[in-house]
Amino acid sequence: MRSRLHSPEQPLALAGAGRTVRTDNVTIMSVRAINDFTIRVATVNGSGSQSSNLVLTNAIASLGIPVAPKNVFPSNIEGLPTWFDVRVSALGYQCRARDFDVLVALNAATWQQDVAGVKPGGAVVHEESFPCKGDTLREDLSYYAVPFTALAKEHFADKGDLRKYLMNMIYVGVLAQLLDIPEASLEESLRSQFRSKAAAVELNLSAVRVGIEYAKQHLEKHDPWRLVPMSGKTEGLMFMEGNRAAALGCVMGGCTVAAWYPITPSSSLCEYFIQYCDRYRVDKESGERSVAIIQAEDELAAAGIVFGAGWAGARAMTSTSGPGISLMAEYAGYGYFAEVPGVIFDVQRAGPSTGLPTRTMQGDVAFAYTLSHGDTKHLVLLPATVAEAYELSMEAFDLAERFQTPVFVLSDLDLGMNPWLTPPLQYPEKPFDRGKVLGADDLSSVKGWGRYRDVDKDGIGYRTLPGTDHPGAGFFTRGTGHDEEARYSELPEVWQRNLDRLNRKTETARTAVPAPVVAEKTTTKIAILAYGTTHHAVVEALDFLRESGIELNYMRVRALPLSPDVATFVKRHDRVYVVEQNRDGQLYGILRTELPTHLIGRLESIRHYNGVPIDAHAIIDPLLDAERAPAVVAE
Amino acid sequence: MTVNIVGLTREVYKGLPTTLCAGCGHNSITNHLIKALYEYGVEPHKLAKMSGIGCSSKTPAYFVEQAHGFNGLHGRMPSAATGAKLANSELLVLGISGDGDTASIGLGQYCHMIRRNLDCTYIVENNGCYGLTKGQFSATADVGSKQKGGKANEYATIDICGLAIELGATFVARSFSGDGKQLVPLLQGAFSHRGTAILDVISPCVTFNDHEGSTKSYAYVKEHDIVLHTADYIAGGREITVDYEPGTVQDVTLDDGSHVLLRKLDIEYDPTDGISALRVIHETRARGEFVTGLLYVDTTQQDLCAREHLMKRPLAQLDEESLRIGREEWQKLMEPAGGPSKP
Repeated sequence: MRSRLHSPEQPLALAGAGRTVRTDNVTIMSVRAINDFTIRVATVNGSGSQSSNLVLTNAIASLGIPVAPKNVFPSNIEGLPTWFDVRVSALGYQCRARDFDVLVALNAATWQQDVAGVKPGGAVVHEESFPCKGDTLREDLSYYAVPFTALAKEHFADKGDLRKYLMNMIYVGVLAQLLDIPEASLEESLRSQFRSKAAAVELNLSAVRVGIEYAKQHLEKHDPWRLVPMSGKTEGLMFMEGNRAAALGCVMGGCTVAAWYPITPSSSLCEYFIQYCDRYRVDKESGERSVAIIQAEDELAAAGIVFGAGWAGARAMTSTSGPGISLMAEYAGYGYFAEVPGVIFDVQRAGPSTGLPTRTMQGDVAFAYTLSHGDTKHLVLLPATVAEAYELSMEAFDLAERFQTPVFVLSDLDLGMNPWLTPPLQYPEKPFDRGKVLGADDLSSVKGWGRYRDVDKDGIGYRTLPGTDHPGAGFFTRGTGHDEEARYSELPEVWQRNLDRLNRKTETARTAVPAPVVAEKTTTKIAILAYGTTHHAVVEALDFLRESGIELNYMRVRALPLSPDVATFVKRHDRVYVVEQNRDGQLYGILRTELPTHLIGRLESIRHYNGVPIDAHAIIDPLLDAERAPAVVAE
Repeated sequence: MTVNIVGLTREVYKGLPTTLCAGCGHNSITNHLIKALYEYGVEPHKLAKMSGIGCSSKTPAYFVEQAHGFNGLHGRMPSAATGAKLANSELLVLGISGDGDTASIGLGQYCHMIRRNLDCTYIVENNGCYGLTKGQFSATADVGSKQKGGKANEYATIDICGLAIELGATFVARSFSGDGKQLVPLLQGAFSHRGTAILDVISPCVTFNDHEGSTKSYAYVKEHDIVLHTADYIAGGREITVDYEPGTVQDVTLDDGSHVLLRKLDIEYDPTDGISALRVIHETRARGEFVTGLLYVDTTQQDLCAREHLMKRPLAQLDEESLRIGREEWQKLMEPAGGPSKP
């Protein structure tokens, strides 16, 4: 069931105004033809479509239209299906759209499945040779057949291996013609993609032109999807992946030792860190480096290098994903108990076990928070945006040294590996917080120093670093039971006193970690609580629900242990929907454990866990069901 | 009062009283270490004592009490030692491990520490069994060696020295806890060597592995110790005053200009020849013997810090001034590359 309310000439003012609402499994769709739709490019992994997709994405953004690209790729080097979704959203929504409207079909193996997935009324650009007759043909779609292979052969016969890349550029040209992307924007985008390599820009531009020309001559536009330049949304923004931002956070946060074991989706974090260090951490004259980056034999060793370095006074980090933190559990426990700083980035992917290495999940929240045997609570930071991936990365090094403990930064594949539109990252104005460290002079003036003595009643003792030239500086760091002087002890009261002090440290941390972000009005008693990349779906869901007559407040938690603000927020509401991307409601579980008993009944759990990033409807649908409000069709 | 070259008494090099069994080989090694560190003149604040888990790994508490110690995780000391050295390359990193800690649970980290040629002295206090858990075999137990209850080990032994040479180790020695005369100069040579120095020290467990039928008992080791050479350590800059006849001593010059003088005994042996070293290790083991001495040395290889081009100043001491990207460079990085910036 569909209606075409807007002609292609629909004025821009209506862009993004349309909504999709599901009621009783019937989808009522309004056409959002201008600047508000999703393009899906279906290709084969390893066919070199990434550059084309980014050129397309950039070109759209250069028209002033917000875009949110999502790469849905297989755990494979070459030959398996891969999809790239470019969500065009005049309102600036950055979460995944559940459906797509315009399909570029270049993978014969998924052709039927891809066509079946197009939203009613959608458009399909496809390789001419794909079977388009019989049962598979959906009559509600607009088809544009393009002989991509033949065109590439005709125009780029002499280009050898480059031909497949150029073939992908042809579809950029076809789409540009169909969607009204000016050639100048594509050229600018190509320049940005290929930097200063003029020859590459020219060659790719020629391929784009092949597509434009073909479309001009052979394709008659008969669908409503198009792009219209706009302003006010993307000025000053840039594209960046969360992993790149986190790597910059490591550079600016003063990380000097990094150890890692390659694992998707975190590898690029360390690889970006290596790139930046090769540029900014090498003395140009001597070639000497102010950083050591070690590719370790496994994640056990990576964690060991981090905590060895943290113990000796360096700011150290490792970057991994779920399977890696499974291995790091023992050193995480050591770091917590022996009180050694270290930063662990966990770019989460779908688990358990090997799971889906190239799909996303907020699956490690509960595990990371208590990673170790025994009583353990770690500091966990939960970035939602590229800016936060950078800022919380820097913050993690300060917190690790201030609290003398492991700090986890839990990003995910969606944030880490997808490019996001972001404001430029801000230069840090704060100096490093190196925490409570006593030097040789301090030791001479301090009486009765004990490594684990809680002098300031905040649970945090004063540490010394190896190399401190004072006879009293040394102490024996151990994972075994110890007293305030770091001496081995099995005495029950000493053991318990130490655990209580460590807990005091956790209590201190509650107000020192990044505070929750709250959007609250007094007019409603219902709220959403979320964290990390779920945020982007919440933003869209909140707008949608508001327009549907349901006003919701919103708290975004940015760290564990939970701020005391969380309990007061819950207290001010009748119902709080905890939204997250895992099956078991991991933060919901932590809230149920840590909130006062009388507040627990106010919590509801909404979960999304199919491996692809959460979309607004994964929140809207269950929330509407729960609120039992009559569904409203916005238009 | 007698002091060493850094003005410290021998007392400073002592630690807490041992909590190991009376007669444990590890205690002898601790005493040899105290002597070696004192004579070498290690400054306590520059010493990082690293260990894993097990009887051996407790011993860093028993020497140089002033120094920082890191009693880490079972089999994971090499990684922590790596991090500590990278953070502060001025530290003299001394790792103490055992045969279970090194050859069983920690074999991976042991191998990769050697591959990287981390500058450290790595001692394996090797008794062929797990003491703290009451005498189970470790991976260095010889085939046929018997447990206290009479059960013989059937599984192939891992030779810590042979493996190290195979992996490209740059300083490999074996000794016996009861032979301080040999062990002390080898330890000092290890401190001077820039790179991973492996010392596999056979150290009998008096409680669980010192009986008839064990190949790691005091009696067996004494009887089957094939000493390659006696060793003398001459610190860098000092004159070699030891008298020796030409052709009877091999002079190994280490990175800091110090020397280990190896006085030949019955066997013709060249410790710079790795293949011969492996052959001797295999041949002696086949005969049920232990070959001891400086088995292999290669002073031509760069250590990890050199390969990583690390600056001399400890990374731990660097501040935001020297670590952050400059403001101008940052602005360039943050210029949106075409596209969205200027619509």
